[in-house]
Amino acid sequence: MPTMEKRIPTRFGDGSLGHLTTSEIRAELEAGTQAGSARAKVAPLTEDELEHLLDIFASPARFSAVDIGDEVVLTYDGSGSKTVGTRTQDLLIYEQMFGADSVELGHVDYSYKAVKTILAYEAQCMKDAQLVTTVPVMYGAMPNLGLYSEPDGPTPNWSSLLPQGRVEEARAAQEQAVELAVQDMVHVADALWEAGADGIDFDTAGAAGDGDFLATLRAVEQIRARHPQMGIQVGMAGEFVLGMHGELEYHGVRLAGLWPEAQMRLVSAAGASIFGPAVNVKTDRSGAWNVARALTIAKPCVANADIPVHMNVGMGVGGVPMNTYMALDAVSRASRACVDVLKVDGL
Amino acid sequence: MQISRKMRLPDAKAYVAERLGVSAGELSDPLVMEEVRGSHGLGRVTTFETLYPTESSATEAKFSISRVLDLPINCVERFRERTGLG
Repeated sequence: MPTMEKRIPTRFGDGSLGHLTTSEIRAELEAGTQAGSARAKVAPLTEDELEHLLDIFASPARFSAVDIGDEVVLTYDGSGSKTVGTRTQDLLIYEQMFGADSVELGHVDYSYKAVKTILAYEAQCMKDAQLVTTVPVMYGAMPNLGLYSEPDGPTPNWSSLLPQGRVEEARAAQEQAVELAVQDMVHVADALWEAGADGIDFDTAGAAGDGDFLATLRAVEQIRARHPQMGIQVGMAGEFVLGMHGELEYHGVRLAGLWPEAQMRLVSAAGASIFGPAVNVKTDRSGAWNVARALTIAKPCVANADIPVHMNVGMGVGGVPMNTYMALDAVSRASRACVDVLKVDGL
Repeated sequence: MQISRKMRLPDAKAYVAERLGVSAGELSDPLVMEEVRGSHGLGRVTTFETLYPTESSATEAKFSISRVLDLPINCVERFRERTGLG
């Protein structure tokens, strides 16, 4: 029998706009939280939380927002990347026109291995930017461990070795890459701190798996020891640390297989100031499903954190569709959901 | 406060509100904060209709922010060192 329920416009994980009834959205939210619960072995969202999400997603409004007084602060990547003007002009656009609480200077070749080669230019740009900005200016790049492997780097390529079954060689290559990456990240942090940066951001930590995450943790530890006052932000690449090596540990904890709460505990132990969990989006599921799943997986992380948690809410993570042009209706719903339900410290 | 002291949001809001003499809720009220930023020299959002050439901005504002919040700011400390302001 055709439903009499009104169909509500709602996004899917690939950014496309569909139409679902309120009942269908409720079912998506329930399915999403159960999927997250089963995957990460955490508790599903409560009935109250699901009903609140239903209020958000069953609204046809273009934009959704938190209540007055519940606003959070925002940290960014890419706000100083020479998109519109110079990098410093871009930082000022974010500060003055977008109301950014903090901004991030970065290079378009957004990896620590790459920026090490132009470090003096980055430091000069940071110093100059600090003279004209009011908000905190972080410096950001990616650990990007893969760049240390052949043909881009000096170590053997573990992605090539693994399919050949040369596991021990692959592990050795990753261990070698970790040492090189830590050196570079600490070296860059030293220079940017000297130039006046408010902090440093390790974006997409764990992108190349457990070796990538280990390099980040060790770098954070060293930077914290060298610069006790420096802000250090770690944002993850994905919801789950892939075991490309499989046996790497930090403080006795095996890194492969870690979910956001465990990731946060190690990042905090290393000395970071802010942690950003990332939960991947499934492009063939609804936005409601994806947000419910993301909140379920991230909830224990936020609840048990001893440092601020800034949920990664962007292209393909945190319930935001995987699309270069992110629809405001989708972004605002995902953002509001993170604030209302998770009580995040920022986004 | 989050970047420098790892404060979680409610604590950070409470701290800043107390230092500025406002409520935590007023921190996100643009009309209240316009006055507060002006009176404390914390820097403003400028447009062609609202210009403050005689008020603190950028590095000047960060000196004020550091003082008002009792918060060491890296670039402010570097500025002091390199200009001999002490």
